[in-house]
Formats: sequence, structure tokens, C-alpha cells
Amino acid sequence: MVQFNLPSNSKIKKGQYYKDKTGSKNIRKVNIYRWDPSKNENPRIDTYEVDMDNCSSKVLDILNKIKNEIDPSIAYRRSCAHGVCGSCAMNMNGKNGLACTKSHSELDGDIDIYPLPHLKVLKDLIGDLSTLYKQYESVEPWLKTTKINDKENIQTKEDRAKLDGLYECIMCACCSTSCPSYWWNGEKYLGPAVLLQAYRWIIDSRDEDRKERLKKVADELKLYRCHTILNCTNACPKGLNPAKAIAEIKKMLATA
Amino acid sequence: MSSYKIIDHEYDVVVLGAGGSGLRAAVGLSEAGLKTACVSKVFPTRSHTSAAQGGISAALGNMGEDDWRWHMYDTVKGADWLGDQDSIEYLCKEAPAAVLELEKYGVPFSRTEDGKIYQRPFGGMTKNYGNETVQRTCAAADRTGHAILHTLYGQALKHNTEFFIEYFALDLIMKDGACKGLIAWNLNDGTIHRFRSHITIIATGGYGKVYYSATSAHTCTGDGNAMVLRAGLPLQDMEFVQFHPTGIYGHGTLISEGVRGEGGYLVNSKGERFMERYAPKAKDLASRDVVSRSIAVEINEGRGIGKEQDHVHLHIDHLDPKVIEERLPGISEASKLFANVDVTKEPIPVVPTVHYNMGGIPTNYKAEVLTVNGSEKTVPGLMAIGEAACVSVHGANRLGSNSLIDLVVFGRAAAKRAAELVKPRMKHIEIDKSETDRCLDRFDKLRNSQGSNPTSELRLSMQKTMQSKCAVFRSEKTLKEGVDEIRKPFEGMESLSVKDKSLIFNTDLVETLEFDNLIRQAITTMDSAYHRKESRGAHAREDFPKRDDENYMQHTLSWCNGSKTKINYRPVHRSTLTNDVQYFPPQERVY
Repeated sequence: MVQFNLPSNSKIKKGQYYKDKTGSKNIRKVNIYRWDPSKNENPRIDTYEVDMDNCSSKVLDILNKIKNEIDPSIAYRRSCAHGVCGSCAMNMNGKNGLACTKSHSELDGDIDIYPLPHLKVLKDLIGDLSTLYKQYESVEPWLKTTKINDKENIQTKEDRAKLDGLYECIMCACCSTSCPSYWWNGEKYLGPAVLLQAYRWIIDSRDEDRKERLKKVADELKLYRCHTILNCTNACPKGLNPAKAIAEIKKMLATA
Repeated sequence: MSSYKIIDHEYDVVVLGAGGSGLRAAVGLSEAGLKTACVSKVFPTRSHTSAAQGGISAALGNMGEDDWRWHMYDTVKGADWLGDQDSIEYLCKEAPAAVLELEKYGVPFSRTEDGKIYQRPFGGMTKNYGNETVQRTCAAADRTGHAILHTLYGQALKHNTEFFIEYFALDLIMKDGACKGLIAWNLNDGTIHRFRSHITIIATGGYGKVYYSATSAHTCTGDGNAMVLRAGLPLQDMEFVQFHPTGIYGHGTLISEGVRGEGGYLVNSKGERFMERYAPKAKDLASRDVVSRSIAVEINEGRGIGKEQDHVHLHIDHLDPKVIEERLPGISEASKLFANVDVTKEPIPVVPTVHYNMGGIPTNYKAEVLTVNGSEKTVPGLMAIGEAACVSVHGANRLGSNSLIDLVVFGRAAAKRAAELVKPRMKHIEIDKSETDRCLDRFDKLRNSQGSNPTSELRLSMQKTMQSKCAVFRSEKTLKEGVDEIRKPFEGMESLSVKDKSLIFNTDLVETLEFDNLIRQAITTMDSAYHRKESRGAHAREDFPKRDDENYMQHTLSWCNGSKTKINYRPVHRSTLTNDVQYFPPQERVY
């Protein structure tokens, strides 16, 4: 049997333990992945005791509390704090999600917070999404139309409804980074997030480039690395269904 | 000072910020053949435009008769006559074309039965100069900002805009009163970047985070506004802070005005639809300052809901669940997540929450930055757009759905004006080293702070002071206390503590730089509010309850050096841009 070993510099060490200083009776242990690129050290897990009596309901509230009151050096992305900007995507107790919409009451036991899986880590919980962004660009996410009058395109309610469940995507990457195929072939396979976006333009009744768009994704690696594992749909914090979008693309290609 | 690696760039134009206005400007600049850089501290689709829900106003007339002049009248009235009517004319006249352009770009607008862009009623938007409600606000369900932002990012990609993402801007480069570019810190690798440009366009959004409770994102820290203050230029009308009537109680998440547009209404603890008393005609669709004040009065007079009687209820449980599902899916989700409320069965607990800054960097309708030095003058090389700018189209109070249209109309205007002023590949002048040194001195000093006050504590103190002393209702007493108190966190910076000294994604330092930006704006906001002794739009003084056109139909300008401010005024523009419409003279403002 083949055996895999992690390179020695990626082995995770035990880090610092931050004991509660408030005297709270309601403590929760929060384990957070830490890695600082400016130090020549292995990643580590720091543990923080957090006073839950004075903490709001979401995982992001815990992180903000730690950063404000215990350890300002911890790095993570965050912005809107209500699930529309997609900044604070991370892995919480083994599942990808948005820290700002995930209630900590839904997580059992100690809370483990890691960056999104299988991304190059830039620092602590901040992953490198540049590959995914380039892939997004490659599906040409803009409307292609030859109509150059100054009137609006007419789109029926039914045609517009086909964009529901697609245009809402916030590009948080929870889906793509939960996908084993994407872990394995992330450079070449477009992954669920980008394929969902590709389908959003393919199915837009106003777009005149459907055939070309389909042709572009009809590729062994770009599209057909989807093996319908459905982790993507399970991971989406917005309740979207990237797996279905991928299946629709495959269906369109099969029946074209 | 330790030495920093500095990388130089030369661009025709640099846009700072990649929200709706910054992206729209970048698209126009690229189309005009100008070498354009777009610098942003977050990836473009993370910008706070994504949080805009209800819609974008334009007199398309898709759902009943409409006229851009009616839109203009509503905006002038909503602004409580503090808006510049030449700019407002430009905004409303250009709005329909700007929305149709967005549709052509691919924005997934909701549709009418005949397949046109769907428009909903919104606060203060009326027919025939204030006579009845009009449907003017174009919507993509209740995710209009998100839809527009993602579409504009796609357009920017189509036009090969060069992005510098996760770069934190530090300061403007100024020479002889003109802007020559900016300096930014690349969070990805810790390098310092000097962008030389003929025009710099600031599109950094609002500064809602000076308050404790705001619908604003963590990143809404008005960085561009503070850069302007540090460059010795004034900000305008900073006392005008919009409280959105319906932020979720306890969390601050926005519940769109579109909810009331679709038929939602507010009630107090007695079950009364109290807006009928304050705005007999418009009721729940009066403009935001009016509704927020009404809620505050209800709460102050003991008719609030809950244990603390400190909020009211917003009902949509009478609406057809199908309408909610089709037109308000996002707020159903937010209500469930942050208030644990099923909107089809229960009311949403809401309270007025800081939402928007009418004030900002003064500009004319071409987006050129203004200052007053004897008389009104433009600042060469500098433009501002979006919430960062004060054009001023929103005056003392912005109407809902007028912000998204502001982004695209003036984003486009800025690109057009820049293309007139700059020819591609014009030569850049040498920049004095002292400008870079001054900027990096501040950066280095903050980075190496070894004091005892964590940034988070100073920020909290600032936020609590703004929340209690510069709220919906203000008075001489609270503002005087505020003017003194707000300087304490600024002085606290003398013994600041920054733990992380690294340069790559040092978010401890980012938050410190953001605080340094916020506190200057908090001070100018408080001082501007103290000096305006009248009530107008969002600025409600209990001790001066009337509008005073004789003394205060003027824009406040505030300069800020350290914690010292200088307050001055410039008259509101009292004429229109063209003869297509007549000037609307001040009237009493009733809804």
C-alpha cells in the first residue's frame, strides 16, 4: 500500500494556550489554526478559553472577541457580517461555512477553526483564492449580446426565474474547497463555484453565446472531473445547489 | 525607521475602491483607453455594495407613468434642500440610461409580466411632485446591490482592468495642492507600492464603523475620507448620518426598505401603526429620517416593544408567502439567521441603525473634488465618487435606492471627465521623496506602537461615544459632551499597542490604520454636528427643532489636523444645470 507522509514543515504543532482571565463559569475552548509566513515555523494550533456569557451567537463573534480581547495577532478575513460578502469562509468543526452565519450553538464540543481546506495558506485562517478567481475570469462572466440599442432586453419572468439559485452565489469558495475532485485537480478542474457561475451565463436567455460557452467548458478536466460527490451542495452556506448546475451543463452537452 | 521595499507604478488613472462606483469608473476608464489601476483592500465582490438590498432608482416608467423631474423633486425634498440641484438634476436625468446600461451588462433584474425591469415603491418616491406613490426602484429581488456588484466586476474583467487586490491604501501623494497618486501597502507580501497617476479617484465608501451599531461592514472605515483630511482638504456635511429605520434589533443587520415598499408596516407596543400619525400621506414610506425619528419618539415615550421597550415591530406576515419568496427572499433568510424569526408568521424586531453617510468628500457633478480657498475651487488630479463623495445629491437625507444610482451615474461621470482631462500615456512628474517619507513615518510609527491601549479598546470607546452623543436626536448638551469625549480615544493613540509587527496580512495593523482613519472622521462628524444649530434632514436638534434656511442652507466644510478641526461653510447651489427643469425653492417638508 502506498503511504503518504506530510512534509515536515507542514506538520501541525501544539501552540499556545490562552487561559480565561474573566473568571467566567461558561467557558468554551476554541482551537485555531495559526501560521505566520514571516516566521520560519510550522503551523500550530492555539487554544483560547472564551467567556460565552458575553459572546454573541455566531462563530465570527467568537473570533472578533478573541481578536479584540485576547490576541490581536490572529488573522482572518471578515467584512459584511451577515452572509452576503463571502469573506469569512472557513472550516469550523470539519465543515466549511461562513463564520458570520454559523451559530456556535450548532457546533458540538470544543470548536476547531481551520482555513478552507486545500488552499495555500497566506496567514492563519486566510487562504489563497487566486486560482479560483482566475478560473472565474476564464468563464467570461459577462453578458454577451450584439444588441446595441438603448432599450432594455426583454426577459420573461420564467426565463428570469432560471437564474434563481445561481446569481445569489457569493463566491465564498466553501463548495469548491469541500470537493475532493477540486482538491486533487484544482488547477485544471473548474470546481463547483466556477461551474455554477458558468451555468448562470449559459442559461441566461439574454446571452447570445450559449453554444460557445458550452463548448468552452466541455472538457475532460474542466467539467467532467465532477463525480457527483455532492459535498459542494452540502457545503453551500447560501443553500444553493452547484451539483445541480453542473448536472444541467452535462445534460445540455449530452442532448445538444 | 526601518526600510521598506517600495515598488513604483505609473498609471493614467488610479481608482481606489472596487465597489459599485469604483468598478463603474474603472470600466469607463478602460473603455476610454486610459491605463487604469483599481486598488482595493478587499476582493471586489466583497465590497459593501453587495449588501444593498431594495433597489436602484430611475424614472423608467415601467410600472406606471414617471418623469425624471418628479424623481428630482423627491430627491431635493428628501435632501431637505441641502442638496445641490445642478447635481441632482444630473443624477435623475442620467439615471434611466445608467440602469438600462446595467441591464445590458447582465444584471439579473426581476421582471414585470411583460418582461421589463420590475420596479417597486420606495420611501419618498412619488408621482407628480409629491402627490402619490410611484414605482421607481428597480430591483433584483432584494439582492440588487449584490447583483450589480458582481455584474460590474464581470464588466471590469471584460475590459481588462488591472486590479491590485488586498492592497491597503495609506495616503495620497500631493504636490502644490494637486493629487499625483497614492501609496498603498500590499497585504499579500508586505511591500509598499507607490502609484503615480494623473487622476486619483476615491471610491472607498462610507465610515459607518465610527458607530457601535451600524448596518455597515467591518471594512466600512472611510479610508479615502481620512486620506483627504490628512492631505489638508476638507470633508463636507459630516453631521448628516442616516439611521435606517429597520436594522434587526440587537444585531444591526439591514432589513430593506423594500419590505415596506412591498406592503410591510411598523407597529409599537400598543399594536398601533404609528407612522399614520407622523406621516399621514406617505405613512411607512415616508423618508428614512422621518421614520427613524418617529420610531425614536415612540420608544422615548414608552411605546417600545420588549423587556427594555427599546424597539418596534415590522410586519410582513400579512403578505402572500409567494410574494415574500419571490421578492424578499434575502430578508427572510436574514431574519431567520439573526432574529430567529419566520417572517411569514411573526414580526421582525427592528430599531433605527446607522446606515449611510450623506457627508464625505465634496465634489461637483463631474466628480471633481472641491475645496474652498476664498471661493469654491477644484483640486487638480483628485476625484471622489459613491458614498465617499458628497456631490451633494443626498443633502441632509438620502432617499432609499438613490445610493445605487449615485454609484453608477457618478462612476460613469468620473470616467467621462477623466477622459477629457487626461490623454493616454501622458508623462508623469517627479514626486518629492518627502511625501513618501511622511506617509511611511506614520505607518512605521503605528506599526511599532509599544503602548498600553489596544486598538480595539480605543475603537470601542469611539463607537460608544458616537452612539450616545451623536444619535438620531441631538442637543447642545450631548454634542458638547461628545466634542470633548470623542477626543479621548484620539489622545489614547499616544500610548497605542500593536502586538503584531509583521507585514503580511497583519490585520492588527490594518485595524489600527482603520481606527486612525475612523477617529478623524468621528471628530469631524461630532464637531460639524455641534456647529449646525438647526434641524435639517438626518440632523435633528432638540434645542433647534426648525430648519433655518437663512443661516444654514449651506454645506459644512470641516478640516481636521490631529484632533483640531476648522469649520467653514459654502452655499448650497441654488440653480439647476439646464433649463430642462426649474429650481425647486425651499418648502416645508411634510410626508
